[in-house]
Amino acid sequence: MHKSIDQINERIRDGTVRVVTAEEMPAIVAELGEEGALKEVDVVTTGTFGAMCSSGAFLNFGHAEPPIRMERIWLNNVEAYGGLAAVDTYIGATQQSDTLEEQYGGAHVIEDLVAGKSVELRASSRGTDCYPRRTINTDLLLENFNQAIMCNPRNAYQRYNAATNSTDRLLRTYMGVLLPHCGNVSFSGAGTLNPLSNDPKLRLIGSGVPIFLCGAQGMVIGEGTQHSPAGGYGTLMVTGNLKEMSQDYLRAATMSGYGVTLYVGLGIPLPVLDLDVVRATAVRDEDITVDVMDYGVPSRNRPALRKVTYAELRSGIVELNGEEVRSSSLSSFRKARQVAEELKHWIERGSMQLALPTRPIDAIKSAKPMHQSQKGPRVLDIMDRKVVSIGENEEIKTAAKKLLKGDTNHLPVINGDNVLVGIVTTFDVSKAVVNPGKAHLVKDIMKTKVITTTADEAVDIAVQKLEQHNISALPVVDSGHHVIAILTAMDLGKLFGGRWLK
Amino acid sequence: MKLLVNFSRKKGGKPIIAQVVRDTGVLINVERAVIDSSEGEALIDVPDDQCRLVSDSMISLGANVRILEHGITVNESECIDCGACISICPREVFSLDPAWKLQLAEEKCVLCGKCIEACPHQALALPL
Repeated sequence: MHKSIDQINERIRDGTVRVVTAEEMPAIVAELGEEGALKEVDVVTTGTFGAMCSSGAFLNFGHAEPPIRMERIWLNNVEAYGGLAAVDTYIGATQQSDTLEEQYGGAHVIEDLVAGKSVELRASSRGTDCYPRRTINTDLLLENFNQAIMCNPRNAYQRYNAATNSTDRLLRTYMGVLLPHCGNVSFSGAGTLNPLSNDPKLRLIGSGVPIFLCGAQGMVIGEGTQHSPAGGYGTLMVTGNLKEMSQDYLRAATMSGYGVTLYVGLGIPLPVLDLDVVRATAVRDEDITVDVMDYGVPSRNRPALRKVTYAELRSGIVELNGEEVRSSSLSSFRKARQVAEELKHWIERGSMQLALPTRPIDAIKSAKPMHQSQKGPRVLDIMDRKVVSIGENEEIKTAAKKLLKGDTNHLPVINGDNVLVGIVTTFDVSKAVVNPGKAHLVKDIMKTKVITTTADEAVDIAVQKLEQHNISALPVVDSGHHVIAILTAMDLGKLFGGRWLK
Repeated sequence: MKLLVNFSRKKGGKPIIAQVVRDTGVLINVERAVIDSSEGEALIDVPDDQCRLVSDSMISLGANVRILEHGITVNESECIDCGACISICPREVFSLDPAWKLQLAEEKCVLCGKCIEACPHQALALPL
């Protein structure tokens, strides 16, 4: 059996269409069988509501008198893009306010407009013969714009890896607050309700397909940026009229210590054409797997601790290294349901008809990492190879002499096998001299918890270590934990003027 | 019932909580305390019927006592029921009901405030 899109649209028009949500579909398929479900169900609605940083809106202001060609543009002190002709701009969701920083950003400007609040435009220009005006200030409501078109380069991730943190420090990330020692697992995504997870082969979702976008009827433009369906991480570029959107499905947010983002409600209706659609839309939380990534590793290649399903994540408890760790979501499943339900009502009422893609989206490609023609500075470019170290069984007095002679404030401490076992600073030695207790040897006063770096580590990572631990030097060690150099705050001066390149 | 007790430690730093336990015989559960050289603040839990007794005893020893009737508050118009707070809270105050709506067990809250910065929608606040 096969149904055509025209047959389904005809049922929408005559009010006999049978619409279910993607959450209801697995049970229907289990009860009626695949053939039965194909006969019974015409449309499956999907929905998701979560943080989608790659979002924003094109705005057209109309011309002022005298006219201005706006070059630098701010809306409520949030800078918007000024490289689009005279009176167009793009306001990006994650752009932060010049004054309120992460407390207010582009996402808040968009939400304020949708909520009917007035937003202050401030713009400047160098002035031209045709656009003589140099500055403008005006308060604007959403209705004052000729166009306000949401256009989001990357939305509706098919799934998203969960996050945890193995370090001893609390991390503030775009995956929310991650407690130390893998104290929690944070995840995002609607699982069984996710649009792309219900059409992983991208047979139904493509350019021109009508969607629910923040309460408005929008559409899919095409593949989203970083679209990577090969591994199950497809994305979509979408658009919709901001003037028709609702605050119920569009919310600004701040990930503490990370920045501003926009919560977007997005749903796609899927026409049940054949058995392949039935099978794809029968997907359950149990069938969708993601990795739990360790965000304690500040690298693109974060280690995956294990695989989990959305069912396990949503249960609230994930087992990690033999322990039960609490998991919680950043996206709202309740809101995702509301999106799918609202979309269902639209179709039942006949206010939205379905369409097949005018152009398909690639279903097998993978996103590439950034091509880096120039490597950033590494520790080996600026480290001090003339490192002075001391044996753990040396006397404190010897350490004092070495510090004076070596013109340094840090002495890595090594054992008989030349392996790093500690560090002493001028402060530790001075303290031992002022308060002579039982300490005689370096090992009595050394700090044994040494923060180290390696020669090929990026300087930015080493700098983060210095800042986080409030220290001013890092011993550089090789794979056998032997000290080969030292990196001090002084060495960072070599970065200025590109001297590290030589 | 939860009481927020503030006391000065300037005059010799009397062991106020221990004194009150001895005088009243009420076993006080200290849920959270910040004490430094000059002052202290403790959140204590006492049985409802002995709240007055403990409170009066604390006040007579020079402490300020405030009865806390509420735990953390949720601004319903900002909350989107994501549940980001759930895994952050050390006392399991938050949960999602079968309709995936956020629920609070206010009586478990010790007002530590850890959830406040974890909320992406700034929907959580300490009670006034």
